[in-house]
Amino acid sequence: MTDTILIVDDEVAIRRLLRNTLEREGYGVAEARDGRDALAQAQVAQPVAVLLDLGLPDRDGLGLIPLLRANGERAVIVVSAREATHEKVAALDLGAEDYVTKPFDTDELLARLRAALRHRAAAEPVPEIVQRGDLAIDLHHRVVRRAGEDVHLTRKEYDVLAILARNIGRVLTHDRIIAAAWRGEEDPRIDYLRIVIRNLRQKLEAPAPVGSVIANELGVGYRLRADT
Amino acid sequence: MTDGRGRPDPDALLRTAAQEGRGRLKIFLGAAPGVGKTFEMLSEGAARRRDGVDVVVGVVETHGRAETEALTRGQEIVPRRAVVYEGRTLLEMDLDAILARAPRLVLVDELAHTNAPGSRHPKRYGDVEELLAAGINVYSTVNIQHVESLNDVVASFTRVRVRETVPDRIFELAEIEVVDIPPDELIERLKAGKVYLPQEATRALGHFFSKSNLSALRELALRRAAQAVDAQMLDHVRSLGVGGTWAGSDRIVVAVSELPGADGLVRAAKRVADALKAPWTALFIETPRTQGFSDVEHARVAEAMRLATHLGGAIATVPASSVIQGIQRFLVDARATQLVLGKSKRSRWFELRHGSVVDRLVRDTPGVTVHVVPVEVANTPPAGTRSRRSDWGTPTGYALTLAAVAAVTALASALFHVLDLGNVALLYLLPVMAAASFFGLRTGLFAGVASSLAYNFFFLPPTGTLTVSNPENVVSIIVLLGVAVATSQLNARVRAQADLAAGSARTNATLAGFLGQLGSVNDVTQAAQIICDDVKRLFGVHVVVMMPQPGGGLAVQAASDPDYKLEVMDQAAAGWAFDNATTAGKGSETLTASEWLFQPLKAGDRVLGVLGAAHDARGNPIRADRLPLLSSLIDQSALVLERLRLEAEMRDVDAVRTRDRLRAALLSSVSHDLRTPLTAVLAAADQLDAAAAPDLVATIRAEANRLNRFVANLLDMARVEAGALTLHVEAIDLSDAVTGAAHDARRALEGHKLRLNVPPDLPLVRADPQLLHHCLLNLLDNAGRYADPGTDVVIEGAHRYGQLRLSVLDQGPGLPPGREAEVFETFRRLEGSDRAVGGTGLGLAIVKAFADTMGMSVEAANRAEHVGAAFTLTFPAALIVRDALPAEVT
Repeated sequence: MTDTILIVDDEVAIRRLLRNTLEREGYGVAEARDGRDALAQAQVAQPVAVLLDLGLPDRDGLGLIPLLRANGERAVIVVSAREATHEKVAALDLGAEDYVTKPFDTDELLARLRAALRHRAAAEPVPEIVQRGDLAIDLHHRVVRRAGEDVHLTRKEYDVLAILARNIGRVLTHDRIIAAAWRGEEDPRIDYLRIVIRNLRQKLEAPAPVGSVIANELGVGYRLRADT
Repeated sequence: MTDGRGRPDPDALLRTAAQEGRGRLKIFLGAAPGVGKTFEMLSEGAARRRDGVDVVVGVVETHGRAETEALTRGQEIVPRRAVVYEGRTLLEMDLDAILARAPRLVLVDELAHTNAPGSRHPKRYGDVEELLAAGINVYSTVNIQHVESLNDVVASFTRVRVRETVPDRIFELAEIEVVDIPPDELIERLKAGKVYLPQEATRALGHFFSKSNLSALRELALRRAAQAVDAQMLDHVRSLGVGGTWAGSDRIVVAVSELPGADGLVRAAKRVADALKAPWTALFIETPRTQGFSDVEHARVAEAMRLATHLGGAIATVPASSVIQGIQRFLVDARATQLVLGKSKRSRWFELRHGSVVDRLVRDTPGVTVHVVPVEVANTPPAGTRSRRSDWGTPTGYALTLAAVAAVTALASALFHVLDLGNVALLYLLPVMAAASFFGLRTGLFAGVASSLAYNFFFLPPTGTLTVSNPENVVSIIVLLGVAVATSQLNARVRAQADLAAGSARTNATLAGFLGQLGSVNDVTQAAQIICDDVKRLFGVHVVVMMPQPGGGLAVQAASDPDYKLEVMDQAAAGWAFDNATTAGKGSETLTASEWLFQPLKAGDRVLGVLGAAHDARGNPIRADRLPLLSSLIDQSALVLERLRLEAEMRDVDAVRTRDRLRAALLSSVSHDLRTPLTAVLAAADQLDAAAAPDLVATIRAEANRLNRFVANLLDMARVEAGALTLHVEAIDLSDAVTGAAHDARRALEGHKLRLNVPPDLPLVRADPQLLHHCLLNLLDNAGRYADPGTDVVIEGAHRYGQLRLSVLDQGPGLPPGREAEVFETFRRLEGSDRAVGGTGLGLAIVKAFADTMGMSVEAANRAEHVGAAFTLTFPAALIVRDALPAEVT
């Protein structure tokens, strides 16, 4: 049984191109051109993921996110021309798996889609050991190895890396990471997170370029890059 | 200094603060004309001039004396202004010329001088206050008899009363130097003709310059100077919060009456207050009797209250049913410790009936010292005829009374066979009581006399004569007269109370009606018109309301009469009232030559406009006792205007919000409409089989991406131009910013080698990530466009001298020397670059606008060691996050 992807966009050209791309990758495709249509199609076609444009003719797409994701059974990826960071953060907070701005790079969009599908609540649970390139993050024993060697991390560095690893390939907002790693502490600040990320990168990335393992999402958050 | 004991007195601090920025005043105080004040002032002025101070002579009266004149030589003298008044030319000090000349110090002789009618200030001290307010120091001269609070004292022993007085508040802020020569020497100088005397003084010459007078004046002058030093010392001590033993506990109240001499009483209170360094209040008790005051009496009270304000006292008007009760209640409320009263000049008869106010107050106010001051009446104007209604009654009253007495006589004759003599006397009470209650005391007394005559003549034996045989019957006559007096008194008092109540009810009804009308108005002009019409209706004066205009200046918003006239002088008075938030014009202290009296419309600290009032006939526009009603109306008007202003402001804010919402909607719809086709083009290019026509696909992709950048830049510029940039500043790691920008600019940099030279340990900076991203994208885009393919583009970061610098370096042709900064101008692409390179010229302008908004700076230069251009963003120290991390983080 093929997975079905629902495309919600009012532009027929975009829908046609996305359908083309997705079908070539082996997905089934359903289309909707406005919010009402999208909710109806979600019932009928039972898609595993939705590519959602925010500028819909009948309503704002942000409000559709909680309705479409069906308690995490379905991945919602926002594909929008809106690039203000507060819109991205709002979409992620409402439960979107990811956010891709138009114009998009087709390969990148497909990669994000694959990552999102892996993380659906209905999909397989998070493995105890997250593998990524030469990196192995053992979430059970709280150990991180790089090319077989133990990497020494502070408690905060491990906490940040762990939440990123559990969501590998997905962008996590600053607030969500801070809430996980600085739980219950007074005055958690984004500058602390920046410094922790910087230290993690020195231990996990060098000599590769900055951002090759932990990617920065401008003004939104961080993502642990998945193997492609 | 936070403990309660040593806290500086806020009033004293305020006074000191108000002094800063103001000029300082020095007064050369003399005991009498001829002591050499002017000479002394000029010498000191000359000395300051030699010290290099910028000194000018504003006005000096040399009176033709050679020594004095010699001193003015070599001084800069501001020419006087000629004023023609009633055919005479007067030379007055040119205040505006001095203000324009703005010297450090100006010498102004004769502080008490009265200016020519039509001048800005009626008195020269007004000019001096304006000079001080402008920050110019002033030296001035005055004789002791011109000091307002000493006016009475001097007059009492010299028998010369001067009309030109200077309020005490002027002295309280001044440094005082007494110019003193012994009386004998002064008399010598007088005999030698060395003393110039004004006309008024010559009359009383012999008396005024007696040795005893001069000694007394000299003592007064020295004491006044000592007092000023005391007061200033005390202020200084209080402002330092040193504490000390000033008599802060005394409070003085002076009871002002409508009788002549109230002004003398107020001056006496001022002297008591000065001696005790205590605050003081002039109190007027409004009783039912106040209603019957003549205009002269009203004016006297108003004048005394005005004088009290002038002398630095507070004033209060308290309604009460009797003077004694009102004073007692006020003394308790104000926690007064001393009461100043005038010795009553009322007749003994009056005191017998009403009791002496003084005696009862002395008896019934424990804990309060009562000063009884003999009131000196300088020159009593004839008291105006009282407008009391009860005095003589009307002829009709007498006629009706006679008729009633006759009727009672006839009735009593008819019934005499059934009544005894005592009952007949009772019948006669009827006309007496009726007359006394309807027509007042005198008609009542007339009824009493007529009744007793009739009773005596017709009924008392022997009838037919006016002789009284039985002494018992004398009692009947006295009773009849007594009833007349008592009834009329009671009735008069009841009526007066009712009048007073009706009066305040009228006032309240007026205010309520006025407010009701204004409550429903939503337009300032309409409100102003209602204010004008109502004030005109209530006070019978012409009214204008003037309000500030958007372009500046005051203009008439509404007027009660369409044909009002405002002369230049009136405009000036209105402007003064508005700027200084005080009254100006006729009947005030400033610009009195105006026909109008302007009062500020104040709500809180804000002056919303002025209300001008003018009478047809010459005279004070509004009667003194009606002023409280007018001030209430003005206060209420100001509140209504303030409400309208706030409502208008709200509407403006709403309009701005709507505009902002529209602009945001437009920007987002433009970005959507332009991006959607671009997205389709790029997505289509991604799907084309690149192998078929790799160059064509690459071109489609590259050009579509470029178009996308232009759209982004246009939107950014639109936001900058609209002032619609909102910053979302957060701590940013520059390596994130640089790698992000390098990733997004990879297509623009195709063919170039990008080297990142950003140390990993640079401190975090505070910036808006999106704006910074766009800055870097544009700089990289610019480098990719101008530098030849195959050359290096370098991003370099450095933390030096507390600043953080991030540079984008290329190996292109560089910038025309000397014109590097021009690259940041909108739509400018520098000539001198020989290639036609695509671009809107917006990119670098956006970099500059965004950098400025975030508090960074950006500069363009040619590389020193290399061919090519260098664009550098500089983060000042304020944008660098320097917080050390808590230990557990690292």
